[in-house]
Amino acid sequence: MSALITPVRADASDRTPASRCVRTTCPYCGTGCGIDARLPADLDSRAVATIEGDRLHPTNSGSLCSKGSHLGETLSTRGRLLRPELDGQPCHWEQALDAAAERLGAIIETHGPDAVAFYCSGQLLTEDYYVANKLMKGFIGSANIDTNSRLCMSSAVVGHKRAFGSDSVPACYLDLELADLVVLTGSNAAWCHPILFQRIRAAKQAHPGKRLVVIDPRRTASCDDADLHLPIKPGTDALLFNGLLNWLAEQQAIDPDYIARHTEQFDSALAAARSSAPDIATVAAACELEVAAVEHFFRWFAETPKTLTAFSQGVNQSSAGSDKVNAIINVHLATGRVGRPGASPFSLTGQPNAMGGREVGGLANQLAAHMNLEDPRHRALVAQFWGSERVPEQAGLKAVELFEAIEAGRVKAVWVMATNPVDSLPDADRVRAALERCELVILSDCMDRTDTAASAHIRFPATAWGERDGTVTNAERCISRQRPLQPSAGESRPDWWIICQLARRLGFGAAFDYQAPWQIFREHAALSVLDNRPDVLPRGFNLGPLAHINSTSYEALAPIQWPVSMEAPAGSARRFDDGRFDTDNGRARFVPIQPRPPHYRCDHAYPLVLNTGRVRDQWHTMTRTGLSPSLSGHRPEPEVSLHPDDAARYGLRPREIARLRSRWGRLLARVALSDQMRPGELFVPMHWNDQFAREGRVGALVNPATDPLSGQPESKHTPVAIEALDARWYGILLSRNPLPAAADSADYRTRICEARGERLMLAGSGEEPDWPSTARRWLGGEAETGAAQEWIEYEDRSQGVYRLARLREGRLQALLWVDPDPELPDTQWLGALLDAEPLEPEQRRALLSGLPPQGTRCGGATVCACFGVGKNTLLEAIRTRGLNSVDALGQALKAGTNCGSCLPELRALIQQQYSPRMPPSQAGASRRN
Amino acid sequence: MQAPGSRSPARQGERPRLVVIGNGMAATRTLDELLAIAPDHYRITLLGREPGPAYNRILLSPLLAGEIELEQIRLHDRDWYHQQGIELLTGTGYQVTRIDRHRCRVQCANGQQIHYDRLLIATGSLPALPELEGLSPGGNPLKGVLGFRDLADVEQMTQAARAGNEAVVIGGGLLGLEAAHGLNCLGMRVTLVHRAPYLLNRQLDPEAAALLQRELESRGIRFVLAGRSRAVRHHTDADGADKVAALELEDGQRLAADLLVVTTGIRPNIELAAACGLACRQGVLVNDCLQTYDPRIYAVGECVEHRGLTFGLVEPLFQQARVCANQLAGIGTGRYRFTPPPTRLKVSGIQLFSLGELEPAATDSPPQALVYRDPAGGIYRKLLLRDNRLVGAVLYGEVADGPWYFELMRTGQDLSALRAQLIFGQACCERLQRTRPPVTAEEAA
Repeated sequence: MSALITPVRADASDRTPASRCVRTTCPYCGTGCGIDARLPADLDSRAVATIEGDRLHPTNSGSLCSKGSHLGETLSTRGRLLRPELDGQPCHWEQALDAAAERLGAIIETHGPDAVAFYCSGQLLTEDYYVANKLMKGFIGSANIDTNSRLCMSSAVVGHKRAFGSDSVPACYLDLELADLVVLTGSNAAWCHPILFQRIRAAKQAHPGKRLVVIDPRRTASCDDADLHLPIKPGTDALLFNGLLNWLAEQQAIDPDYIARHTEQFDSALAAARSSAPDIATVAAACELEVAAVEHFFRWFAETPKTLTAFSQGVNQSSAGSDKVNAIINVHLATGRVGRPGASPFSLTGQPNAMGGREVGGLANQLAAHMNLEDPRHRALVAQFWGSERVPEQAGLKAVELFEAIEAGRVKAVWVMATNPVDSLPDADRVRAALERCELVILSDCMDRTDTAASAHIRFPATAWGERDGTVTNAERCISRQRPLQPSAGESRPDWWIICQLARRLGFGAAFDYQAPWQIFREHAALSVLDNRPDVLPRGFNLGPLAHINSTSYEALAPIQWPVSMEAPAGSARRFDDGRFDTDNGRARFVPIQPRPPHYRCDHAYPLVLNTGRVRDQWHTMTRTGLSPSLSGHRPEPEVSLHPDDAARYGLRPREIARLRSRWGRLLARVALSDQMRPGELFVPMHWNDQFAREGRVGALVNPATDPLSGQPESKHTPVAIEALDARWYGILLSRNPLPAAADSADYRTRICEARGERLMLAGSGEEPDWPSTARRWLGGEAETGAAQEWIEYEDRSQGVYRLARLREGRLQALLWVDPDPELPDTQWLGALLDAEPLEPEQRRALLSGLPPQGTRCGGATVCACFGVGKNTLLEAIRTRGLNSVDALGQALKAGTNCGSCLPELRALIQQQYSPRMPPSQAGASRRN
Repeated sequence: MQAPGSRSPARQGERPRLVVIGNGMAATRTLDELLAIAPDHYRITLLGREPGPAYNRILLSPLLAGEIELEQIRLHDRDWYHQQGIELLTGTGYQVTRIDRHRCRVQCANGQQIHYDRLLIATGSLPALPELEGLSPGGNPLKGVLGFRDLADVEQMTQAARAGNEAVVIGGGLLGLEAAHGLNCLGMRVTLVHRAPYLLNRQLDPEAAALLQRELESRGIRFVLAGRSRAVRHHTDADGADKVAALELEDGQRLAADLLVVTTGIRPNIELAAACGLACRQGVLVNDCLQTYDPRIYAVGECVEHRGLTFGLVEPLFQQARVCANQLAGIGTGRYRFTPPPTRLKVSGIQLFSLGELEPAATDSPPQALVYRDPAGGIYRKLLLRDNRLVGAVLYGEVADGPWYFELMRTGQDLSALRAQLIFGQACCERLQRTRPPVTAEEAA
C-alpha cells in the first residue's frame, strides 16, 4: 500500500468547526479514487473548503493525483449550462422536455425505433446509464444506445467475453502490489492512472526484486521506473504476445494442467501463435525491438509466477484491439495466471464509470446486467423484468457506425449525454457535419459551450460532479458512491431525472417512476440477481444482497467489489481464481490470433504515424480540468511530440507551430522535440478542442477504421503528414476577462485558464496586421470608453516585435506580446498581476519587458501540479542548494511528494544539471533499450 | 607677481607664460586639467570679460528659476586662483581687443599688452540673433530684448520679471525652454515661439517633444509652434527709452512682451581670432590637438570648429579641455575626436535625455527604431539601432539609463542579445543575462 500522503490544499484557516465532510469518488479516470471533501455546514452553500484523498477508500488510501487534487478549482458555475434550451433559446424544463418527447416520438412513429439513438458516456453514473439503457432497449425498442466507452474499453470487453464468457476483470488493484512482475502494455499509467502507478512504484521500492516492464512505442513517464522498456513498433502487440505464447510453450513454461482442466482451444491458439511468431528473432524484427530485450521480457514472464499484465488504450484503440486483448489473455491462460493474487491480465479503464456502463448494458451489443442481446433467454428475462415487449433482438449501432448512420440519414434523432462526440470520435469533422445535418439532436451536458453544443436543437442542463448522486464502478469492479457536495447549479437536473421525465412523456411513465437514485440502483441490483443461479441462468455479474438496498443503506454504501453474493457478502476481490469461468461449459477459451497490421498504412503522402493519448494534468475534452489554472500549467498547449530527426527532416524547429494533415482532417499544434519518440511517429494529446484551441481537435485527424468485433476506433495509428505552419508572428495575449474577438486573424489560438483571467497563445501565418490598431481592438479597449484607459506600448517594428498592455486606473487588464520568434517569455508573473492592485512603478516598468521586476520570482512552467512548483524554481533549487535527488527536492519544495506523477520530470531536471559530472550508472538509473 | 603692464617675453630660465582669453567653462576646465597634470609648467594669466571668477554656465537655468543661489554656481573662488598662481584679470577692461601673433602678445581694452608663450583662445559664443524687423533698431539691442548667455542676462531677466508680466521667448531649443521655465517660475506669463513644428527638434522626436510640451503647458507656459516671427514692436517706456512691447508673427498674431528672450542659436565668437589672421570658418579651426594654424595658439570650446563641427554642449568642451591640457603640458599624446554628447534639459521635474540620431531618416541604411510608450505614466523611450548597434536614443520621463546607453553607443557593441530587453534599461538587461536558462540538450537538439 502506498504511503500516506500529506494532504494537498489543506487550508486550516478554512476549517470551521461547523463544517461537514462528504465522501465521494473522483470523476476522472477509471481508477476511482475516494475523495474526502470538507464543506461548510450550510447545505445550500456552493463553497468547498478542501478536497483530499479519502484515507479509508481502498483504492487510494488518501492519495490523489494532480487532477483529483485540484477538483476544488473546477467547482464554480463558470461555463455551466444552467437553463434548458430549445432551438437556441432558453426555456422552461416543461417546454424542453415536451418538445424533445414530441419530436422524438414523431420520428419513432414515422421511421421506427431504429431511427433514433442515444449516445452516452462513461461519465454517466450507473443509475443514469441504467435508465437510459432501459428506455432505449426496453421501451423505445431499439438497441441504438452506445457510448464513448466504445472508444476506450470495447476491445477489452470483447476480449473478456471471448475468453471468460463475460465482461469480467479478473484482477484487483492489490495485485499491482502483489505481482513480482508488472507488465504495462499500451498504458502510460504514470500519467493516466497515477495513483495505481504510485502503488506499483511503492511496492517496487519496498521490494526491489519486483520488476516493471513497459511496452510502449514512446518512452513515457511510466518508463522512468521500468526495469525494461520495449519501444515496440505500433500495432505489433499481438505478434509480441503470440511470440511469448509460442516461446512459453517451447520452453515448457506453460501450465498444462491448468490448460487441460480450465480452458479450451489452446492448440489452435498455439498453432496460430507459432505460425505468426515462430521465434524471438522474428518477433524482434517485426516489433522493431532488440532480440535481447525481447528475450529478457519473455524470460522474466516465464520465470515469474506472479505476473500481472496491465493494458489500456494502447492495446484497445486498434482495428485489431480485441485480438490484442486476447493475445494477452492467452499467455495468462497458458500459464494459469488468471484471477490469482498478483497474477492476471488487467484492463485499466479510462473513464470513471465505463465499468458501470458496461454493467447496465450501455453498449449497443449488450443488454443489461451483463446479459446478451443475442441470447433469447436473456432477452426474455430482461423483458419480463422490465415489463416490456419490445426488447430488440439485434445489436444496435456502435459509435462510429451510429454517426455514419446519422450522416446517411438512417438515424434521424440522437440524444447525446455527457459527452462530446464532435471532439472525441475519429474523423470528427465528419461527425460534426453529420450532427449538423441531423433532424433532431438532443444534448444533456453540464457545460454550456462544447463543440457538440453548436449542433444541438434541445439542450438539457445536467448536474455536474459535486452535485450528482449515484454510483460508479472502477477498473477493479469496485462500486463507490458519488455524493453531492453542493446544490445543483441553476436549473440543472440529474441525468436519470431527465431521462425518466422524457420516458414519462413518451408514455412509459410506469416503468420510470423513480424518486431517487437508490431506487434505480436497487432495480439494477435486482436484475443482476434474477434467476442468477447455477441451475437457472448463471451470470458472473451479481449484486446479490444489494438488491435489498434502501435509502439509508444506499447513502451509507461503502466501496464494494462485485460479484456480491450470499457467499461473498463483502464482495469479491478477484474472479475466476477457482478456474471456473462464465462460459456455458465453465472453461476459458483461448482465441487463435492472426496478428493484423493497422488498417491504414503510411505512404508517401502521409509518411508518419500519429499516436494520441492523454497528458498528465488534463482530462478528456478539458471541460473540467481546463477550468483549473493549476492543471493548465504543465502542458498548456496542444503539442505534437516528435523525434528530433523527424523535426530536422520536415524542417520543424522547437516551439514553432506545425500543421498536421491526414486523409480526414487537419490540426495545428506546437512542436515539441522528444527523443522519447520513435522516429517516424508523432504524438498529439486528445484533449484540445474548439473551446480551447483553433484547429486543435485531434479527432479530426484520426482515421475511422474500427475493430470488426469491438467497433473500437484505431485512435493510436493514423498516417499523417506534418509541415511547419510558416508563422510570421507568435503571440501571447493575457486578459482579465475573456476577449472573444481577440486574435481573429491568428491561425493558431490556444486558450489557457489563468488564476486571474486567461491567456491565449497565438501564431499567424498571413499578412501581419497593423499591430497598434489591431492590438487595441483585440485588447478590447473600445468597449470600455468610460473608464480611464491607459495603454503601454513597445515596438521594434523592423523585427516584427510588438507589445501592448491595457490598464485601467493603474491595474493591468490585458496584455499582448507579439514576436517573430516562437520562444515567448514566461508570463506567469504577469498573469498574477491581472486586475490586482494598481501596479507599482517597478512592475509597470517591467510589464512589457518579459522579465519580472527585481525580487519577483517566476516559477516557470508547472512541473509539480499538486504543489504548484515550476521548472525555474526547481532548477534554481537544484543549482543553488545542491539538491541532487528527488527526495531532496521533495523535502525542500514538496515537489513530487503527492501523486508522484512528476517524479520522472524531476529526475530529468536533476540529470540535466548534474549529468556532465555524474557517472552514467547514476545518471540513467534504469535499464532501457 | 609682476605688475600688469610690464609684460615682456620670457627670459632664459623662466617658466613660459600661458595666456588664456576667456573665463568660461572650457577655459576653466582646461586649466583644471592642466594643473592636475603639470602644475608648474606655466605662468598663467587668465583674461575674462565678465567680472569675477568663473561660474558654471550650465546652472544659469536653475539660477534663473530661483532653484539655486549665485554662490552655488561659482566654479572657483578667488583664493583658488591665488593658490594656483593664476593671474586672474577680469572685467571689461581686460576684454582682449587684439592678438599680435608676431610679437606674441595680446592687447586688452584698458591698453595693457600681455606677452604669451602659449595662447589659449576660449572666447565662447555669441547669441545668433535672427534677422527680425525692429530687433535692434540702429544696431543697438532694444531694451527688454535679451539672450540667455551669462549672469548679466539672468540679472536682467530677474529684474524684468519683477516689473512686467508678459515674456516671449523665441526659440524652442534647450536654452529657450530653460529660459521659459525660469521666467515662468519667476511668475511671468510666458509664450514660447518656435519655428519648427515641435520643441527641441534637434534633440527630440515629435513624440517626446509632445510629452515635453504637454508637461510645460501644464505648468502654464504657452507655445506657438511652427511660429514665424515677423517684427518686434516697441514703445517708449517711463524712462524715455525704447522698449520692447510685442512680437508680431507672420500669421498676424501679436504677442505682448515686456521681455523678449531670443534663444535662436549661437555662433562661435571668432572675432579676435579672425582679426589676427588665424584660419577660421564657422569657428576657429583646430586640429585634433586643439591647436590652431598658429602652433603657439590653442583654442577650445564653443569658439572652435573641429573637423567641420562646432559645439554648444558641455561634454565635448570637457573632452577638448582634457586633450588641450595634455598638449599644453607637453605630453602631446591626447587627440580629440568628437563623440556625440547626450542632451539633458535643465528643467526641474522634467527628465529628458537624448543622444545621437533622432529619426530613422531616409538614408541608405536607416536605423531601426525601438519605441516604448507609457503616456499615462509619462514615459517615452526610443532607441535607434543600425546593425544592432545603438546610434541614437531619446528618453523622456526616466533617464537613469541614459549614461548606460551613452556607453553602449560609444563602445558600439553589438546588442543583438539584449535587443528584446534593451529599451527596458540596464538593470533589466543584466537580469536577463543572469536568468537566461542554460540550454538543455533536448532544446539544443
